Amino acid sequence: MALPRLFSARSASAPVARERLQILLAHERGLRGQPDLLELLRAEILAVVSRHVALDPEKVVVKMERGNHVSTLEVDIELPNIAERWSRAAS
Amino acid sequence: MAKVLVVTSGKGGVGKTTSTAALGATLAQRGEKVVVVDFDVGLRNLDLILGAERRVVFDFINVVQGIANLSQALIRDKRVENLWLLPASQTRDKDALTDEGVAKVIGELRTRFDWIICDSPAGIERGAMLAMRYADEAVIVTNPEISSVRDSDRIIGMLDSKTVKAERGERVEKHLLITRFDTARAARGEMLSIEDILDILATPLLGIIPESQDVLRASNVGSPVTLNDAASAPARAYIDAARRLTGETVEMMVPSARKGLMDRLLGRRAA
Repeated sequence: MALPRLFSARSASAPVARERLQILLAHERGLRGQPDLLELLRAEILAVVSRHVALDPEKVVVKMERGNHVSTLEVDIELPNIAERWSRAAS
Repeated sequence: MAKVLVVTSGKGGVGKTTSTAALGATLAQRGEKVVVVDFDVGLRNLDLILGAERRVVFDFINVVQGIANLSQALIRDKRVENLWLLPASQTRDKDALTDEGVAKVIGELRTRFDWIICDSPAGIERGAMLAMRYADEAVIVTNPEISSVRDSDRIIGMLDSKTVKAERGERVEKHLLITRFDTARAARGEMLSIEDILDILATPLLGIIPESQDVLRASNVGSPVTLNDAASAPARAYIDAARRLTGETVEMMVPSARKGLMDRLLGRRAA
């Protein structure tokens, strides 16, 4: 009776595998959604800015950097010759 | 209506080609018209598993490039009447397979067959993407081992986002096929159990293929395991899985060479 229990206590590694997988996959599934979020942000930022300024959709870059405590969102929008157009309108 | 089924896994060596051959042969024996398509450009092996390696004249890429037509490239199985093979190319140029080319060939196969079973290469690169691209259904082959389960999870994510069906807002119907399962080791807690895997991957179970020497024996002689010894444990498990694919309800169990208490216990637990 004691023998099988002894044997299974030594070799029951499957629960460890299951726990490691659950933790890992929770993390990886979170990351998987990330590019979609960025694409959504990019599209909405583009829509808002386009309402006021004509711009090249290719020149809107949205990046996210993940840190341990905080993450940062970087938005880089290139506006074509906007200063030029304003100075022309003023003269 | 024709169904395009991709057999995929992410990880290599888990049994995609073995499963493609066994499921394809079984469906064909049951009267369905089946073509198995090898997507592993440069590393084709489905021809070997089916024992057709010496009959390959033209291949998938020849058809895509217009060098041969589909009828010239398709190889008819000598044992099962309704089973055909479209072999992969052994060319090293993986870019030879294009999205448009695959779409055209799959479209043509749809008019001729009931089942188009796409044997995916390992990995998540171009070949694997193209193999799943036009799929209506998917069989995800998983071993009860952590790296295989992790890769399957990744592949499931891709099936839900990168396929034509997913892009249209529809769903690719997914089935989990657990291969190389060892009932005794799982019962001793040495191997992930069926419940563990189903819990983690949250995908309906298509079948459980036991670890068996019959699989290697069949591949040695170039015969799907279901044809080589239909009474063997893995063959019976594949036959059950194929029946489930056609919509039949078949009780879930792990066939075993020796029918023991352990199998009955596990059969009940896995159902």
